Order: sequence, then C-alpha cells, then structure tokens
Amino acid sequence: MNGVNIRKPADKMLRIENLTVEISGREVLTDINLEIKNGQRMALLGPNGSGKTSLLMAIMGFSNYKIIRGNIIFKGKRINDLSVDERVRLGLGIMFQRPPTIRGVKTRQMIDLIKRDGFDTDQEAGELNLRAFLDRDINLGFSGGEIKRSELLQLLAGSPELSFFDEPESGVDLENIILVGRIMNRILNKHKDNAGLIITHTGYILDYVKADSGCVIVGGRLHCVGDPMTILETVKKHGYEWCVICKSKKPKQEPPLRVK
Amino acid sequence: MVRDMQKQKTKTRTPSPGKINIESYKAKVKSWGYLENLQKLGSGQKENMLSAGIDPSQKGRSGTYLQMDHSVVHSKSLYPGLEVMSISQALKKHEWLNNYFWKVISIEADDFTKQAQRQPHQGYFLRALPGVKTVYPLQACLFINENNIIQNVHNIIIAEEGSDLEVITGCAAAGDVRRGLHIGISEFYVKKGAKLTFTMIHNWAEDVAVRPRTATLVEEGGAFLSNYICLKPVKTLQMCPKAELVGGGALARYNSILFASSGTHLDVGSRVILKAEASRAEVISRAVSAGGHIIARGHLIGEAKGIKAHLECRGLMLAEKGLIDAIPELEGNVKGVEMSHEAAVGKIARDEIEYLMARGLSQDEAQAAIVRGFLDTSIMGLPEVLQKEVDKAVATYPVGEGL
Repeated sequence: MNGVNIRKPADKMLRIENLTVEISGREVLTDINLEIKNGQRMALLGPNGSGKTSLLMAIMGFSNYKIIRGNIIFKGKRINDLSVDERVRLGLGIMFQRPPTIRGVKTRQMIDLIKRDGFDTDQEAGELNLRAFLDRDINLGFSGGEIKRSELLQLLAGSPELSFFDEPESGVDLENIILVGRIMNRILNKHKDNAGLIITHTGYILDYVKADSGCVIVGGRLHCVGDPMTILETVKKHGYEWCVICKSKKPKQEPPLRVK
Repeated sequence: MVRDMQKQKTKTRTPSPGKINIESYKAKVKSWGYLENLQKLGSGQKENMLSAGIDPSQKGRSGTYLQMDHSVVHSKSLYPGLEVMSISQALKKHEWLNNYFWKVISIEADDFTKQAQRQPHQGYFLRALPGVKTVYPLQACLFINENNIIQNVHNIIIAEEGSDLEVITGCAAAGDVRRGLHIGISEFYVKKGAKLTFTMIHNWAEDVAVRPRTATLVEEGGAFLSNYICLKPVKTLQMCPKAELVGGGALARYNSILFASSGTHLDVGSRVILKAEASRAEVISRAVSAGGHIIARGHLIGEAKGIKAHLECRGLMLAEKGLIDAIPELEGNVKGVEMSHEAAVGKIARDEIEYLMARGLSQDEAQAAIVRGFLDTSIMGLPEVLQKEVDKAVATYPVGEGL
C-alpha cells in the first residue's frame, strides 16, 4: 500500500431507500431499504428468481432495470441517474454470474484498459491460474470456474470500494472455492473501508469470506437483515417461506431472528 | 435493414451505386518525375500512404513500387531474387510475360476491363524467383494525386516455384482529391509449392469509384492468402477477386474487413474455383455498416474430389440506416466435396456494451472495443509485419461515424 487513502468520512457506503424496480413493465423489486456500512460484508440470500441479481444490476445501473421510485445513495451521492461506467468510476464493481462473451476482445486488453497503477497483469493472472486465458477472447469457451476467476481478475484490477459478488461459488469445485475466497478477501481487504455484498445460495463461500451480516430477499422484497449464519441455518431448516412468515408475524416466535 | 440470404446458382441482385460514366473522368494528367528517395514526398502524401500500409521510409520492406496517377515515381527491389518494376518495363524485359498478360482475366469481361486494355496507365510487376523466400514484404502503392482523373493499371505478381512472397499494396488518394476512378487489373500466379501473401489496404476518398478486377492461378501445393481491408469512405467499390486452384493440394484464403460509413457502397466478394483434388479454400469476411451499404459475397465452386471449402460472413450493424447483404454461395459439382458456410448479421448486444461499462469503460469506449474486436484481424494469420500494418488501419477506423 502506498500512502494513506484520504476519504471523506461517510460511514454509510451504500444506502438504498424504497427502491422499486421494473424489468419490461414487470416489478421485480419492491420498496427495498438497505444499508451497507464502510467495511461491511453482507451476504444476500434468497431463493431462485427472488430478485437478488436484479438488486445488484439496478444498483449498477443496467438499462433493463428501470427504477420506478426510490433512491440509491453511494458515498453520500444519489446515483440513480448515473451511467454504469460513472458508477464504476465512483467505486462500484461487480463480479457477474453469467457474463457475455465478447469476441475479438482479449482478456488482457480489457485488464490493461481498466487496471489501476501497479497492477501486474501476468502475475495476478498466474495466481488465478488464468495466464493462458489472458490472450483469449473474454469468456469465449471458458468453463464455469474459469469465468469466476476471470471475473475476479477483472475486479481485482479495477479495485472497487464496494464489490458485488453474484454467486461466486456456483460451478466452482471445492479446491477453487478456496482460491475464489482468497481473491475476494484480497479485494475486500485492500482498504479497511472496502465493503462487499455477496449473493450465495449455498453459503459455502461464507466459510472462506466472513460476512458480518446477511439479508434475505423473497419475491422482490427484503425480509430480514441479521446474522448471516443464523439466517442460513434457519433457511436450511425451515426454507425461505419462513422468512416471509417471520416478517409478517411477530418476530418473537421461533426461530429467533433479529428483524428490522 | 438486415438481410442474410443464401442463393444457389442464381444471379445475385446487382448493386445500385449509380452507373459509372468512364468518359466523365480526365484521362490526360500531369506526369510526375521519378523519385530516388521516397522521403522527398510531401508530408500529406506520406501520411496517406502510411495509412494504406505503405511506408515511404521502406523500413521493413524488401522493395517498393509507387505509382502516382499515371507516372511511375519509384520502382526498386532491395532484395536479391525479387523483381520490382512497372508493367511496361517488365513486358519489354521479359518476352515470356505476354503469356501472363490478360490470361486469367478476359479483356471482354466488362466495360472496365475493356477500358484498362484500351487505355493502360502502367501498373506493377512483382516477381519472386524460384525458391526465394522474403523476410520483409514488398510494397506497392497506387496513388491518385490529381482530382477527377481515371487511373487504369494492370498488375502482375508471379511467385515462382517454391518461393514465398509477401506483398502489401496500398491504394490511396491525396488529401484534396475528391473524385476519381481507379480500375485495377491484377493477374497473380502462384507456382508449384509457392506461397503468396497479398494484403491490400484501401484508403480512397469519398467520391472515388473503384473497380479492381483480380484473378489468381494457384498450382500444385501452392498457397494464396489474400487479405483485404477497406475502412475509409469510398463512393463505390465493386470487386469479386477469383482464385482458380488448378493443382492438387492448392490453397486459397480470402479475408476481408469492411467498414462502410454513410454514403459508402461496397460490393465485395471472393470466388474460389477448386478444380484440383484435395485443394482447399476459406473465405472469411467481417462487415460493419455505420450507415453505408455492404454486399459481402462469397462463392465457392467445388469441382474435384476431396476438396474442402468454408465460407464465413459476419456483419455488424451500428446505425439504424445502412444495409448489409451477406450472400454466400456454395456449388458442389462432384461427389466427395466438403463445403460449408455460416453467415450472421446483427447489431451490438446491449449486454456486451454494459458488461464493458461495468468495468469502467464509457459507452463509446465499450462500443469501439466491441467493433474493433469484431474486426479482429488475428483471424487472418498474418505475418507480424503485415499484422502491424493492418492493426494500424483498424485502429484508425472512424468510430464515431453513424453511431
């Protein structure tokens, strides 16, 4: 690390207020309220199709995800109307679950365009067992695990303050989960204020990347923010339906969860 | 508008760039003196030549032929075993050359071939002697320096047996040239076991009409690799170079990279007639329309057993206006041929642009990266020095136009 990163003291890195989002006229997220503090690592849980990826894509500013109402505030600035790249330049970054193939654009070219000073592309690619992939078209013919590692390499090169990880462990074998976890930690630990939001189905990745909080989205609504391991155990035992019941009923009954 | 069609043995639609009136161009032009030192060219001229892959410093070149309008301004080989001269000089020097002159192209083919025969204005003769392998390419430049003129050239390249010859030809116009007509007759001969890599970069002007007429004869075990790049505006360009593979195991490969901004009409095809057993052909084109009209043709004719031929045409539409016609044709005339084609025309996917934007590239940068990637020339398998020239040409393509 060179020097001290001087930053405006804002302990809330991301604040989402009443966020409602549509895709082609269909509401996929409803009145989401969520906060991610500086240095926080939050697990984002929920069944398939519940809106987890939509939340990340809406925060990133993808054009298919239309904000109907609500605010996205990043480092104290409302970013609703910023383009994707402007948000990235402010400090957001994402590891995609299923990125597109870009023919003719080599992974190395991409990294050279986005990397921060001092990033050693070959060395870092070597650490991710991706050296042979640097001179291949981005994602062309990559396996599931290779895509994850290539996404992480790009994220590492861009060094975001707030990183979104969309199912970092899906399609990755056990050995490589350790590697994926290690790189995620490097991205998150680069600066003490760096924060992360991690979508996980299984929770396996949380064995390697410690999350200090968790939240649950079911049917496009945020149902719970609390201890990630407690949430996971509850979901394993009772399923996500419980989260819906738990929120609608008094939170005192079993299982005990801290509900906002 | 997007069309992707496949036609068999039918005449394809004729393009509509407007009829070219040959008589409307000036045939009497100023002549230019011979230049021993190409560095004495004007800086604007040098720049335009450079953007067509022609390096006046001759660094990394085996020799140069430069023709300005109708005058041979420079013609010299720097490498033993290579001949570089004007076609008139060559016809005087080599009596046998008459056997190569108007042999694979018929004078009667069309108005332009007739015109080139009636009123010839030089052209180049390039030859690699048997077994000679070049390290650096020869370069040939046909330059239009005066506005509103006609330039009819006749070129011959011979790669003698076992030779390996690389040629870069750049055709360009001076900065103040708006209008002109270039007719180029090119007859190439690839002898037994020889290899000719021919890369042509066009850098004309917005109101120039271009009619190249090219044919190549490839003998046994010979290889003809043709690369064509046209990224700059031109009014109308129509060509369909033809290769005849007459010897067993002969190979022809055509790669074309085309970019048409609004007002540009390109009708570019490649035709390979596979006449000998086990001969192979590949035709690959990448066409980008930013408002212009591109017809990308490919025509493979299999006439011998055990031949293999593939045709691939991809088109990318950047603007609402414009048109790309991909017209692949396959003809198999005997049993045991293996021929295939793929064609696709589409626009840039929004998710690809946003993916790159999610890494911090602006929308324009993302679009440019995708278009450059689409025009990726590494598919051509070019020698390094040629690859650099082509990359330079692609890097300067007009990204903002029509977007």
